[in-house]
Amino acid sequence: MAIGWYLAVSAIVFSIGAGGVLTRRNPLVTLLCLELMLNAANLALIAFSRMHGNGDGQVFAIIVMVVAACEVTVGLGVIVAMHRRGLIIDVDELRELHG
Amino acid sequence: METLAWLVLILPLAGSLISALGFRALPARAPAVIGTAAIAGAFACTIGVLVKLQDLDAEHRQVVFVAWDYAQTAGVDAKLSILIDPLSVFMMLVVTGVSTLIHLYSATYMKGDRGYARFFSYLNFFVFSMLVLVMAGNFFLLVVGWAFVGAASYLLISYWYRRTTATTAGLKAFVINVVGDVGLVLGTYFIFRHSGTLDFLGTFETAGSQPEGSLTAGCILLLVGAFAKSAQIPLHTWLPDAMEGPTPVSALIHAATMVTAGVYLIARMWPLFEQAPAAADVGAIAGCVTLLVAGTIGLVVTDLKRVIAYSTMSQIGYMIMAVSAGAYAAGLFHLMTHAFFKALLFMAAGSVIAAMAGEQSLDKMGGFRKAMPFTFGCFVIGGLALAGIPPFSGFFSKDEIITLVGERGGWHYALYTAAYVGSFLTAVYTWRMIFRAFWGKAVPEAEELEHGHLHHAEEHRNPATGELEDTDVGFPGPEHHIAERSAAMKVAMGLLAVGAIVGGLLQIPLGGTDVVDTFLEPTFEGSQYAHLHASDGFTTLSLIIGTVLAVGGIAVAYYIWVLKPGLSAQIQARFSGLHRLFANKWYFDELIELVIVRPFSWFGRFGQQTFERVVVDGTFVGGTTLVVRAGSAAVRALQSGLLRAYAALLVLGLVAVVFYFLLQS
Amino acid sequence: MSEVLFFLAGSGAIAGALGVVSLRNAFYSVLALVCHLLSLAALFLLLQAQFVAAAQVIVYAGAVMVLYVFVVSYIGQGGVAMQMTGRGRIGGYLFAGALAAELMIAMLGSGLHAISTDGAKADAGFGDPEQIGSLLLTKFLFPFEAASFLLLIAAVGAVVLARRRGGAIDDPAQPVLSVMDMIRDEHLGTMAETVNAGEGAQPTIGRSS
Repeated sequence: MAIGWYLAVSAIVFSIGAGGVLTRRNPLVTLLCLELMLNAANLALIAFSRMHGNGDGQVFAIIVMVVAACEVTVGLGVIVAMHRRGLIIDVDELRELHG
Repeated sequence: METLAWLVLILPLAGSLISALGFRALPARAPAVIGTAAIAGAFACTIGVLVKLQDLDAEHRQVVFVAWDYAQTAGVDAKLSILIDPLSVFMMLVVTGVSTLIHLYSATYMKGDRGYARFFSYLNFFVFSMLVLVMAGNFFLLVVGWAFVGAASYLLISYWYRRTTATTAGLKAFVINVVGDVGLVLGTYFIFRHSGTLDFLGTFETAGSQPEGSLTAGCILLLVGAFAKSAQIPLHTWLPDAMEGPTPVSALIHAATMVTAGVYLIARMWPLFEQAPAAADVGAIAGCVTLLVAGTIGLVVTDLKRVIAYSTMSQIGYMIMAVSAGAYAAGLFHLMTHAFFKALLFMAAGSVIAAMAGEQSLDKMGGFRKAMPFTFGCFVIGGLALAGIPPFSGFFSKDEIITLVGERGGWHYALYTAAYVGSFLTAVYTWRMIFRAFWGKAVPEAEELEHGHLHHAEEHRNPATGELEDTDVGFPGPEHHIAERSAAMKVAMGLLAVGAIVGGLLQIPLGGTDVVDTFLEPTFEGSQYAHLHASDGFTTLSLIIGTVLAVGGIAVAYYIWVLKPGLSAQIQARFSGLHRLFANKWYFDELIELVIVRPFSWFGRFGQQTFERVVVDGTFVGGTTLVVRAGSAAVRALQSGLLRAYAALLVLGLVAVVFYFLLQS
Repeated sequence: MSEVLFFLAGSGAIAGALGVVSLRNAFYSVLALVCHLLSLAALFLLLQAQFVAAAQVIVYAGAVMVLYVFVVSYIGQGGVAMQMTGRGRIGGYLFAGALAAELMIAMLGSGLHAISTDGAKADAGFGDPEQIGSLLLTKFLFPFEAASFLLLIAAVGAVVLARRRGGAIDDPAQPVLSVMDMIRDEHLGTMAETVNAGEGAQPTIGRSS
C-alpha cells in the first residue's frame, strides 16, 4: 500500500478525535478523544519512518506513547480528585476560571 | 526721602499683619492702638516726604524710587516703582490724614464687636492698598493697588458676614469693581501697545506720538475703570448697597478715599486724556449726568446713610467733571474738602444710628437736637460745607470747579448750568436730612437720651429686612457708642470739623490764596489747561449764584420739612410718577438685571443642565467609558472558563495555520 | 494480501474512533478505543514496526486502558449529560470537518512523490527491538532519560492528586488546613464565591466537601 493511504487514515482519525474533544461533555471521554489524536499522530510517524527507511520515527512514536501515558495518569488523577470533592464531572459546569 | 516713602507703605501693611496674625495673643484694645499708630506713623512719614519734596526745585519734583524688578520679559518692564510727586503726596496726605482720624473714631465706635481685630486689620490693609494705588509709579503697581482696594472694599462691606444683605452687597460691589478692573487692564494694554513702557513718566513722554484712535479707546477703557471705582453712571449701583458696611468703613472708603481713586486716575493720566479729547468729554458728561441723577435720588431716599452715599456719588460727579474738563487742581481741592466734610457727616451719622440702636431710617428719627448737641453741631458744619455756604470749604472748592468748567466755553455751558442745578439739589437734600433727623418732635430714643439713657434694643434685628440676629461674631456687637460719650470720637470729629471749616482758606479765589494750585503745579505742567483762569467778573458772578442757590436750597428745605410738615407728602402725591422714578433709583438695578444678569444666568443654567449633562458627561465622558467597557467586555467574553471553547480556539488556530501553508504551496 | 489487511485494520481504526466520539456510555467509549488501538497495532505491523506494535498493545491497550476502565468504573455515570447543545455540536463537527478537509488536501494535493510509493527499501533489521534499543541508547539517549523522568513525575503526581488528605473525609467538624488556608484571607476565594459571599457561601478549598 502506498504510504499516502496510511496518512489518510491518520488524518481522518485525527479529525474525528478533534471533533470529539470539541463536542463531548464528559471529561473522561474528552481525554479518550485526546488519545485518539495522539494515536493518529503516532500512525503518521510510523508511516513516515517506513517511508524514509530509518527507525527514528518509531522511537519518536514510543516516546509519544510514554508521554500519552503520563498525561492520562495525571488527567485521570485530577478527575478522580474532582469526583472526590463532589464536583460535577462536566466540562461545561466547571468554568470558574473565567474573566 | 526714599526711606520715608517706603515707610509710608510698610507701616499700614505691618499693622495689618500684626493684627491679623497675633489677634489671639494681643490684649483687647491692642488692634485699635496698633492700627491707629500705624496710620499715624504713615501720616508723619508723609509729612516728612512733603517737606523733603518741597526742598527740591520745581523741575525735579517728580521722583521715582524702584524697589526691585519683577520681570524683564520681552518688552514689559514690571518694576516695583513708586512715584513721589506733588499729586501723589497730596493724595497720600488726604488718605493717611483722614484714615488716622477714622481709625481713632472706630477705636471706640467698634468696641464690643467680636471681630474687632479683624476690622482693624482690614482697615489697615485698605489704607495700604490705597497708598499703593496713589504712589504707584507704573501701570503694573497701579493695577495691583486697584485690585487690592477692590478686595479690601469687599472685605469691609461684608464685614458683618452673617448678614445676607451685607454679603450680597459686598459681592455686588466686588463684581462691579472687577468690571472696572478689566477696563483698567485693557486700557493699559491699549496704551502700552504704542508706548512700549509701563512706567508713567515714560508713557507720558510718548503721549503725543500715540495714534489717536487707539489712545481714545485706551482712555475710554480707563474711564470704565474710573467709573466703576468712583461709582459713576452706569457702574454706580454698588455704592448705596455698600452702606451695609459699618459706618467707619463708609466714612473711609466710600466717601474719602476709595471712590476718589477714579478722580486720581484721570488726574494722573492727564497727558493721555488731553491727547484724546473725546474720552475727556465722555468723562465730563458722565460726571455731570451722575451728579444730577444722584441728586434727584437723594431727595427721596429715607435711609440716613444712603442719603449721604448718594451725596458722595453726586460730589464725585463734580470731581470727575472737573478733572475731565481740565480743572485739575480744582477737582483735587474739592476731593480734599469733600473728604473732610463727608467723613465728618458719616461719623456724625454713625453717632445718630448708635443712638437709635442700629435703626437707620429717617422715618423713625426726629428731634435729636437737644439730646445730641455735639453730633448736631457736626452735622450742621458738614451740611453747610456740603451745601456750599461761604466761608465753609465746600463753597470754595465746588464753585471753583463750576467756574472753571464754565470757562471752557462752548457746550460746557450746559455742564455749567447742570452743575448749578445739582448744587441746588445738594443743598435741599442735605438739609432735608438734617431737618428730619434733628428737628420736629423728639422720637422715644431721643427722649430717652435726653434723660441720660442710651436706648438699647432688646432684640437685634437687621435694620433693612428685620431679620433676627445675635451679637456674636459676624453680626454687629451689642454696644452702641455715641459721640457725646466718647472722647476719641469727639477728637476725630472735631478735627474734621475744623478742616471742613477752614479748609477753604487754602484756595480763595479773586486774588486770595492758591496753595493747592501752586503745590500741584509741577505735576500738571505742560497741560493745555494750565492757564485756565476765569476772569474776575465771571468768578464773582459764579460765586454769587452759588451762594444764592445754596441759601435758597436750605430755605426750601426748611420750608418743606420744618415749617409745613405735611407739604412733603402732598408734593409726593402730586408728582408721584417722578417720585417713583427717583425712589427706584432710576431703575438702573432693574436694567442691569434685565440686560446682563438674566442672559448670563440663562447661559450658566444652559451650560450646567444641557451642555454639561448631554455633551460632556454623555458624549465625551460617557462615550469614552462606553468604548472602553465595550472593548473590555468583548475581550472578556473570550475567557469563558469553558474548556471546550478553548479547545475550539486551538483547533481553529490549527486549521488557520494549515490553510495558510496550503495557500503558500 | 496486505491491501486487504490494510482495509480491515483501517476501517477498524476509523470505526473505533467514531465509536469513541459518539457512544453515550463512557465505558463503551473506552472499549471502542481499545478496539481502535488494536487496529492501529495491526497497521503498525503492516508498516513493519513490530516493536512499536507490540508496545502499543502491551502498554497502551493493556495498561493505560485498564487504568481508564478503573477510573470510569469508579466515577460512574452520575447523571452527567451527554453532549452539548445543538449549536455547539454543529460547530465542533464543522471544525473537525474543516480540519479533515484541509489535511486531505494538503496530502493529496501536495504532489509529494514519496507518499505514493511503498516506502524505501527496508533493512532486514528494520523495526526490530534491537534496532529500537540501539537507537534509544545512542541517538535518542536524552529523550529516553527525559521520558523516564517524566514517568516518575507523573506517577508521583497522580498519587498526590488522588490521595486522601489525612483524617476522615466526611468529618466536617475538623476542617483540614493547607498552606493556602493559612496565608489566605477567610473571605477570599473564587470570584463566584466572592459574589455570593453575602448569601453565606463559603470557599470550598480547605474544607471537606
